[in-house]
Amino acid sequence: MNQEKILELDFKDSRDSYLLDRREFLKVAGGGIFILFSMWDVSVFAQERQSRGRQGLPTDFNAFLKIGEDGRITLFTGKIEMGQGVITSLAQELADELDVSLDSVGMVMGDTDLCPYDMGTFGSMSTRFFGPPLRAAGAEAKRVLLELASERLNVPVKNLVVENGIVIDAKNKRDKVSYAQLAKGKKIAKHISSTVPVKRPSEFKIIGKPENRRDAVEKVTGKAKYSGDIQLAGMLYAKILRPPAHGAKLVDVDLSEARKIKDVEIIHEGELVAVLHKYPDIAETALQKIKAKYDLPKTNIDDKNIFQHLLDSKPKGEVVEKEGDVKSGEKESENIIEQTYYDGYKAHAPIEPHTAVVKIEDGKATVWASTQTPFGAKEEVAKELNIPAKNVRVIPPFLGGGFGGKSRNVQILEAARLAKLSGKPVQVAWSREEEFFLDSFRPAAIVKIKSGITKKGKINLWDYSVYFAGERGSLVFYNIPNFRTTVYGSGGRGIASAHPFATGPWRAPGNNTNTFARESQIDIMAEKAGMDPFEFRMQNLTDKKMRNVLQRAAEKFGWKHAKASSGRGYGIACGIDAGTSVAAIAEVDVNKKTGHVQVKRVVCAQDMGLAVNPEGATIQMEGCITMGMGYALKEDIHFRNGEINDLNFDTYEIPRFSWLPKIETIIIDNKEADPQGGGEPAIVVMGAVIANAIYDAVGARLFQMPMTPERILEALKKG
Amino acid sequence: MIENVQFKLNGKAIKITIDSDRMLLWVLRTDFGLTGTKYGCGEGICGACTVLVNNEAVRSCQTSIKEIKDKDVVTIEGLVKDGKLHPLQKAFAEHDALQCGYCTPGMIMTAASFLKKNPKPTRKDVIEGMDDNLCRCGAYNRIIQAVQSAAKKMNGGN
Repeated sequence: MNQEKILELDFKDSRDSYLLDRREFLKVAGGGIFILFSMWDVSVFAQERQSRGRQGLPTDFNAFLKIGEDGRITLFTGKIEMGQGVITSLAQELADELDVSLDSVGMVMGDTDLCPYDMGTFGSMSTRFFGPPLRAAGAEAKRVLLELASERLNVPVKNLVVENGIVIDAKNKRDKVSYAQLAKGKKIAKHISSTVPVKRPSEFKIIGKPENRRDAVEKVTGKAKYSGDIQLAGMLYAKILRPPAHGAKLVDVDLSEARKIKDVEIIHEGELVAVLHKYPDIAETALQKIKAKYDLPKTNIDDKNIFQHLLDSKPKGEVVEKEGDVKSGEKESENIIEQTYYDGYKAHAPIEPHTAVVKIEDGKATVWASTQTPFGAKEEVAKELNIPAKNVRVIPPFLGGGFGGKSRNVQILEAARLAKLSGKPVQVAWSREEEFFLDSFRPAAIVKIKSGITKKGKINLWDYSVYFAGERGSLVFYNIPNFRTTVYGSGGRGIASAHPFATGPWRAPGNNTNTFARESQIDIMAEKAGMDPFEFRMQNLTDKKMRNVLQRAAEKFGWKHAKASSGRGYGIACGIDAGTSVAAIAEVDVNKKTGHVQVKRVVCAQDMGLAVNPEGATIQMEGCITMGMGYALKEDIHFRNGEINDLNFDTYEIPRFSWLPKIETIIIDNKEADPQGGGEPAIVVMGAVIANAIYDAVGARLFQMPMTPERILEALKKG
Repeated sequence: MIENVQFKLNGKAIKITIDSDRMLLWVLRTDFGLTGTKYGCGEGICGACTVLVNNEAVRSCQTSIKEIKDKDVVTIEGLVKDGKLHPLQKAFAEHDALQCGYCTPGMIMTAASFLKKNPKPTRKDVIEGMDDNLCRCGAYNRIIQAVQSAAKKMNGGN
């Protein structure tokens, strides 16, 4: 085999301008065998491309893997690890296809100098869209290695088997050669450009087996480095003066007291006022000494009138789905139910606030930052510093939680600007207050539904309008002859004028709001039809995956038919997110005097196709169920005139140990199907499952999240 | 106030001249480079900064250097003994009792102190004992399992 020729061919042939160019690649690559691959290569993506393009989702996934001269496998991917566990599951996929042990696979993640372009880690896309080409690359690497082994051992490929990275002649087991020996002295690069056959589920050895997190030891010993743990020689910690409200204008600032603090450096450029010190706490002390006067905005928008404000400023609606005729559906319906649902702003509130370290040297910037979008950050920093993007390297250390909030890189640009102005490496680590104040909240949103049922309890009309949550999770999966789904405004950015502060994606964007509204409405219809909510759903569903997860959840829970409200406190809800179908049943206790809700038990079943790491997937389901109780019951951003009133965990309550229900999860065994999302789906059902359980417990229907004790007491009064 | 302060840090005697009004969290992280102890909320609400002072779990973001004079401070880095993980660290890893891992050092330190007082905790005990430590990823269920399993190991059981 002429290796030079392969190399030439594959790079010439590469259409990806965003892949490292050949010279740069070989510079960083060293010796070994390389397989380069991109998202464009897999057929599964072709079906998705259109809809994803429309939603503004990334259409590229690139990476390469290396079989080093020492036999170690390294995957270079622009994806990052933020707790969701791809550091384990992606390695499992690669190890299995290559027939090596999981331990021999290393991961280099998100480093913009070492890894090819990737749009970001969000949207439950890593496993769904990155997994298939990754496996194909693994299979291709194995094919190349087998060819090399065949030459070396003089044995036809069909007679070779691989065990733990050793290629063995099946007929003469003493004839063998390791991947390390095969890679030694080689410099081969292959770009896969067509679908490569991957293992059948029956051949899996590592995929589909539960594996513990691979980063656990680093994390339990305190060795794992997060952005704030990066300390460079001569680095200063910066604290930035923040306005008291969004929209406030700085009119006067007195820095004299702050200047008196020893070794403090002050930067004042336009609206940017920052104090820098070699100790972060001293920088904070100096910041407190700054006296500033602001012109405050008078918007009068607060968390109570926001919904009317949003409806008043709604953009043009887009009908995203339609079938039959809603007018005739209304005529033919026995019962019409019209309801409006509300959802307030939520903070991401990762325990690690946004943090970044920037060092500028010889016109080149190196950035360590908590970001879900390192490649986006690279471009933004280049623009901010007015240097070419190739002179910026972003290295994402471990992320202390993201949930969508760290796809926005404000803190990185602040650190870059301050590093430039001070001439020293700078760390910007937001305080908890800054994290709340500057967060891009999950948007407040409204859903209006007009639905109708026939005498026999068949849904005959579904006229659904969602304002500001976006399309995700709004589409119909029940069998309804006449429906229309209208989306007013996306759930992400781009409609900033309507919101008094930044908004952005929050774990399963839009779907939490949409599923809360839809599944509450389904329960209301079930009651009108005089039916048990489980039975009503089954009667109106033919979707096999959904029927199955509902059935499995009901069996595990021990669901017995009863019309709501039965006093038992049982609720049910289902939804689809990131290709995964999920159903949950919850049992709650409602204190009628205080309005306090204790979730006692949650059974959750999901069909996510192939579960690459069932352990990781289970952890994600548990995490979703736990985190989801927060937005359902307590989490709400209170604000007025641009001021954010919830700035710490004292008033912004997130779920804690004492909230914990008994959690039982079921992952449907569906190895033959392509893997779907795992980090987000189970969270979408939590609003509705709790709302329906509250209604079943005490007959109080909640139309607004969070379902706080006050709102529950109010609903109880209404009866 | 700048003064000479002595204390023990992860078993080692420390003598430093320092502004003793500074909070332990920042001194650990910057002066000693012990970055395993994390900042989470700055008000002692979340527990990410928890360390042991004389075996008591304390919030290092709310504890000044003054308050640890002549005391024994242990951080997450000090739990590993002779290269071996503490039973809690082992149990957290084995039970996958973490996701992003940022709250983990604080969780483990709180649990270490808690188990000293209650070596055989029930599930309810763990929930009550750890309720002031926050985890956003939602690993609580597994943390409880890990703490109970570590307790068993530390009591000589399996």
